[in-house]
Amino acid sequence: MMYKEINFILNGENVNLQVSPDEILLEVLREKLGVKSPKCGCNKGDCGTCTVILNGKTVRSCLVLAIEVDNQEIVTLEGLMGNGLTPLQESFLKNNSFQCGFCAPGIILSATELLGRNSKPEKKEIQEAIAGNLCRCSGYSPIIDAIIDLTN
Amino acid sequence: MEVSKYVGKSTVRIDGKVKISGAAKFVDDLDFGADLLFAAVVESKYAHAIINSIDTSEAEKFPGVVKVVTGKEFPFRFGLYMHDRYIFAQDRVRFVGEQIAAVIARTPDAAKKAAQLVNVSYTELPNVLNVQDALKNDTFLIHPELGNYQHVPWFFPKPETNISHLRKVRKGDTNKAFKEADFVFEDTYTVPRYAHCAIEVHGTIGLFDNSERLTVWTASQSPYTQRHLFAEALAPLGLTHKDVRVITPFVGGGFGGKAGVSMEIIGAALATTVKGRPVKVLWTRAQEFYNTYQRQGLTCRIKVGVNKDGGIIAMDNTLYWDAGAYVEYGANVVNAAGLSASGPYNIPNVKIDSYCVYTNLPPGGPYRGFGYSEFLFGLESHMNEIAKNLNIDPVEFRRKNAIREGDILNYGGKMNPNGLIEAIDKVAEAIEWGKKEYSDDPNKAIGKGIALFWKAPAMPPNASSSAFLKFNEDASLNIMISGMEIGQGLLTVMAQIAADVLSVSPDKIRVETPDTDRNPYEWQTVASHVTWSCGRAVERAAIDAREQIFDLIERALDKDRTSLYLENECVKSRKEPGFSLPLRDFIINGIMKEDGTFRGGPVIGRGMFMPEFSSALSDPETSQGGKPNVHYTVGASAVKIEVDRQTGKMRIPKAVLAIDVGRALNPNLIKGQITGGLLQGIATVLYEDMRFDEKGKLLNASFSDYKIPTALDIPDEIISIIIETPQPDGPSGARGMGEHTMIPAAPMIANAVEDALGIRIKSMPITAEKIALTMVKEKKIDLINI
Ligand code: FES
Ligand code: FES
Repeated sequence: MMYKEINFILNGENVNLQVSPDEILLEVLREKLGVKSPKCGCNKGDCGTCTVILNGKTVRSCLVLAIEVDNQEIVTLEGLMGNGLTPLQESFLKNNSFQCGFCAPGIILSATELLGRNSKPEKKEIQEAIAGNLCRCSGYSPIIDAIIDLTN
Repeated sequence: MEVSKYVGKSTVRIDGKVKISGAAKFVDDLDFGADLLFAAVVESKYAHAIINSIDTSEAEKFPGVVKVVTGKEFPFRFGLYMHDRYIFAQDRVRFVGEQIAAVIARTPDAAKKAAQLVNVSYTELPNVLNVQDALKNDTFLIHPELGNYQHVPWFFPKPETNISHLRKVRKGDTNKAFKEADFVFEDTYTVPRYAHCAIEVHGTIGLFDNSERLTVWTASQSPYTQRHLFAEALAPLGLTHKDVRVITPFVGGGFGGKAGVSMEIIGAALATTVKGRPVKVLWTRAQEFYNTYQRQGLTCRIKVGVNKDGGIIAMDNTLYWDAGAYVEYGANVVNAAGLSASGPYNIPNVKIDSYCVYTNLPPGGPYRGFGYSEFLFGLESHMNEIAKNLNIDPVEFRRKNAIREGDILNYGGKMNPNGLIEAIDKVAEAIEWGKKEYSDDPNKAIGKGIALFWKAPAMPPNASSSAFLKFNEDASLNIMISGMEIGQGLLTVMAQIAADVLSVSPDKIRVETPDTDRNPYEWQTVASHVTWSCGRAVERAAIDAREQIFDLIERALDKDRTSLYLENECVKSRKEPGFSLPLRDFIINGIMKEDGTFRGGPVIGRGMFMPEFSSALSDPETSQGGKPNVHYTVGASAVKIEVDRQTGKMRIPKAVLAIDVGRALNPNLIKGQITGGLLQGIATVLYEDMRFDEKGKLLNASFSDYKIPTALDIPDEIISIIIETPQPDGPSGARGMGEHTMIPAAPMIANAVEDALGIRIKSMPITAEKIALTMVKEKKIDLINI
């Protein structure tokens, strides 16, 4: 197997790594770099638990090849919290938005991306922004409410 | 007792931060080092076949493969309530996807590729894919050895048939009552199979170390039950309970799917074959659909006798459950549903036959609602039809027949205190029952539907909980329980209960997920019973600690014990207003006497709870006698829908659910159960549905093909109504409510569809397509206009 060297910024730090061309970003993050907040709920692009932010936009890391992120920038939930919980996370905390919490890293990133481009989204926009992140526990409304709560 | 300061408050979850920061570790997040091995499973291609031979030679040669394991190495049966399965199929496979062998390799990829090289030779047997076929006289037996299976005493298998259990209820005299009834209404309703779809898949890591102790990390609701079943199933290898340790980190959703033991037994067994090295088995999303428990399918034939005034005098309900290839857990769903299939109504004459039927589909098992969601679809649809035929308002009809405290239950016991009538009245008011509404869009109709629900925990009579509680130097404390945090907020509520007794705020209390070596016994986190049962154990542990504190103060400081109380982390005395001794001053290091010696020492509380009044022994022909159910939680739910007459597409402007929780220990967490459970239930009626081909293969084993709701699919508004009629034996009067919120969703939508469009759909799911086709079939709309 041919290995290729890739360089990218992960949560503000330079990463330099040998990967084979068929390696999936999610696996590299979790297994080679020990970054465990992105989860694998389906490995097929259906659930959004593997969401990471690539150059400012959310992607499903189970659908991205590791070599594709050469020279790019990636942020995971671990990288959001330079100064403790973000106001969005505080709002989720206050609203008891999550139950099992498995979907939380992905949903927090999707909501963060939304708030980055629109600081006062309508309910429908919030629903659309997190529609790619499945949550089986919450019924979504406590999550949506927390985002609305924050933007008010 | 002092007024509660913490119980009853919407405390922020004590596990909120760990989950929101990504710090929470789920089973697949744990690291096991460089010697971790990976297993992939060889699966049956057929729904029913004899295994002639298994050739593992090619797989063994594959680079990276460490070992190939087949059923030969584990010829022992196991199961929770009935020992009807093996770790790996022995000479016969009974569903598509059943595990036959496993390849253990150094990488997941090598294991997966090598598994495909295992050559299994089969002789196909006739498939029995539905209940009708399974019950025919000349049917093929799926378990010819049924008569030899070990099972709990409250199961009644019928050897030489595919009926693995039959629960019969006979109360009063139904024959006579049906003759006397002014009207008899009879119908059949069907419910397909469903998948739990917890977002985290099942996974397990087993390590049989060189000292021969087995540690298993699992995504589970049932650490102790797993330990027991692992120890039992692997006892022939010389393992005892003390040698087996189960560690359960956070679980990414359970809903019953991670109760008992399913794929975890594979990890435990495989570990014993590669001593000294951890081995991981992680299900794919597809396996999650076809080789864990599924919710069983149901066909229910229901007959109800009523008088002109709307009083129900008789019910005959026959339930045929498509229980799948193995029923070690699922038969108890059939049992529990059988006992309660009259619904929350006071009916003097009841006959129920609940049949647990083997089929060649994946094993059925527990799913939020434990059979009640299934039978209530038919029952609550039928109640509406009866009311309509009698020209009685459906709410009035339910009010008239609703069960009340002291009414006689199907097995002879008395109904517990409950606020069912209040729930009915409150949901009717919130949904503006009786007010006919019209859509602005002439193509759309608005309908309203109501459904009542009830459910009792289904558990063995001696299911118990226990708790340890230990103080730290600063008077913070750790509570150790083996009740599982599966999202419901158990850790928080347990902290609240202890907080009230000990006057220590919940944010100074740590409650973590279980490890059977450290945390004391809990039966399982199922049946919506842990708040009640584990809650009592924690309450008792806290009281035990408090009593030790008072003992010490009396002994060391000579205070009048009876006037002592705890407040703001201090011991105080009603007799001596000036006395206030902070817990942190003595809780670990004791109290110094004048001579420099100390009294006391670390305070550790212990608590246990077992419902000693419960009994599963009763007459098998009637179910009269025992007290199988500890209590019922009841409620009512209603919905308003707006449905397109032509496409059948539906919007839900409003849903209301009222539930009697006894005492709301944390109202916000209860609300969370309502919003989550309702949506899960609504999805089962609107679009979820497991589809199998004619060979028994599941066709929609992915989230692309088995749609679950997204954030765009929620009702516009959900109103949660909490009713509090205390449960006398619950912690602060609380009873369970987690599963219940899913149960009424299907029938209330079926009833709303009927109200809106005048069509009665008797099979789930009620998809837009089904509505549209029914409208055409019943000539409610003209095809030409579409
Ligand atoms: S794991 Fe990537 S979308 Fe599900
Ligand atoms: S909180 Fe469990 S999946 Fe979202």
